[in-house]
Amino acid sequence: MSLTPQDIQAIILSLKVATAATLLSLPFGFAAAYLLVFTRIPGRAVLEGVVNLPLVLPPVVVGYLLLLLFGQSGSLGPVLRFFDLRIIFTLKGAVIASAVVGFPLLVRSIRIGMEGIDEQYLQAARTLGARWWDSLYSVILPLSGRAVLAGMTLMFARSLGEFGATIILAGNIPGITQTIPLAIYEYTNTPGGDSMALSLCLVSIGLSFLVLLVSEASARSFRRR
Amino acid sequence: MLFEVDVTKRVGNFSLRVDFSLAEKKCGIFGPSGSGKSTFMHILAGLLKPDRGRIVLDGQIHYDGEKKISLPPQERRIGVVFQHAHLFPHMNVRRNLFYGWKRTPPDQRRGTPEAIITVLGLEHLLERGVNSLSGGERQRVALGRTVLACPRLILMDEPLTGLDQELKFQIIPYLRTVLDQFEIPLLFISHSMEEIRLMTDEVLVFGQGRLQERLAVEDLARRGLVAGNRGYANLFHLPPPQPHDDLWAYRWGGTELILTEPGGEGENVFELGAKDITLFKQHPVATSARNLLACRVTDVFGEGNRIGVELACNGGSLISQVVPEAIRELDLRKGAEVVAVIKASAFHRLY
Repeated sequence: MSLTPQDIQAIILSLKVATAATLLSLPFGFAAAYLLVFTRIPGRAVLEGVVNLPLVLPPVVVGYLLLLLFGQSGSLGPVLRFFDLRIIFTLKGAVIASAVVGFPLLVRSIRIGMEGIDEQYLQAARTLGARWWDSLYSVILPLSGRAVLAGMTLMFARSLGEFGATIILAGNIPGITQTIPLAIYEYTNTPGGDSMALSLCLVSIGLSFLVLLVSEASARSFRRR
Repeated sequence: MLFEVDVTKRVGNFSLRVDFSLAEKKCGIFGPSGSGKSTFMHILAGLLKPDRGRIVLDGQIHYDGEKKISLPPQERRIGVVFQHAHLFPHMNVRRNLFYGWKRTPPDQRRGTPEAIITVLGLEHLLERGVNSLSGGERQRVALGRTVLACPRLILMDEPLTGLDQELKFQIIPYLRTVLDQFEIPLLFISHSMEEIRLMTDEVLVFGQGRLQERLAVEDLARRGLVAGNRGYANLFHLPPPQPHDDLWAYRWGGTELILTEPGGEGENVFELGAKDITLFKQHPVATSARNLLACRVTDVFGEGNRIGVELACNGGSLISQVVPEAIRELDLRKGAEVVAVIKASAFHRLY
């Protein structure tokens, strides 16, 4: 098994994209889960639908919708031009694609954890003098910690494998937006690229396994505390 | 303390409408399940918004439907002890206890954590995780946590319901000591007559979402003798006993009671069923019962075949349950002199 410099680049890019997408989504995912579990805001059903949509849509459709949104002539085009930002065919695009596709997994996990928190813990906290953000920080966050971790793991793993939305929004540019799945795709389209594809597949399997191990270990340390 | 409440709340088919003002230190809320006690408690604590009305505690408006005022729970400073302690599972006992204390402005803190921890006997538990505590310990920690938040009033929502009899009576002295020592007014919600009698002086009786009645605890207890099959239990708060041959002698008012049960240091509380007091017209010549108390009848109440006779004997007061025939035969009326005969083994120790 040998990896070309281009393969190494793809691996690093994959890790970068997955990490960035997971970390960027985390606050939003936590907030969305909180809104869905602990509040009775109007439009809750709509929020729930929007959050879950990328889970049921084909990633290619998500990618195409994102292209319509972020493209030069897209709905956000003028705003992007104003700030001199380019999303499509850049690393940012790959991160956004991964973030959107992985988001429902993150929210789902956190939500399940939050639903397991007895509301009376919050009521107890409030009557003991905690403001709502205080109870969020001192009760909800620690009690849903494991679920947050599980959600992050799922999302990270999903981002490592993101293909459909990424190739449409960010393209397949070696060194810029070519992540592991895109590199594998390119190898399989190249005559004689099979063994190269296999090497990257092995790397991919190894990475996924590592993610699972790390998540198990940290969940265990969480439980011990 | 002056607590003025007048609120209305609809939840589905159930409607709650309560209007009262309260100055007593220890008040019970008594009623069957589904009578709105818990809903009411949530409204008082600020965890549930009433549809309209007014809640004022010592001049501070907690809720006013017309003026659109509704203080959040943390600003009301009303402590709540829940039925299931609801200790934070991710914190140890110490962090649970100090949760409220840390969030109380220093100028509003009363007492010291050390004093409260000592009174509740929690010193040896501080570093324990809350999941390893027994039911009684959990409830004591929950109480300590609430008291340490220095509330102006404590609501207890059936805090003893999940515990077995023995544990319950182990905790009641702690509850009483803490509340007396730190002078915190109490609203005690329960459907147990016994708990209400041991914890409070006055009761609000709830039924079907309404405040049906408000009366002294003693009057509510006496009603159990007349209506229903609950009967009436005399409660005795007795000092530590002296040995009396193989029995125990307790001072009670100006006289002495002979019991089979040994007592502990401090206050001992015994229960004696009204049915277990037999009345004699004259001092019996000889009897196996160990307690013969000369009494005067101060009241006769009840109806049908359940009659209560209130007796004054040398500084103490007793209630004996008899049947109408006995009233006629012994000619029991106000002022009559009788002898109350009680077996030493009839007393049941609560704590």
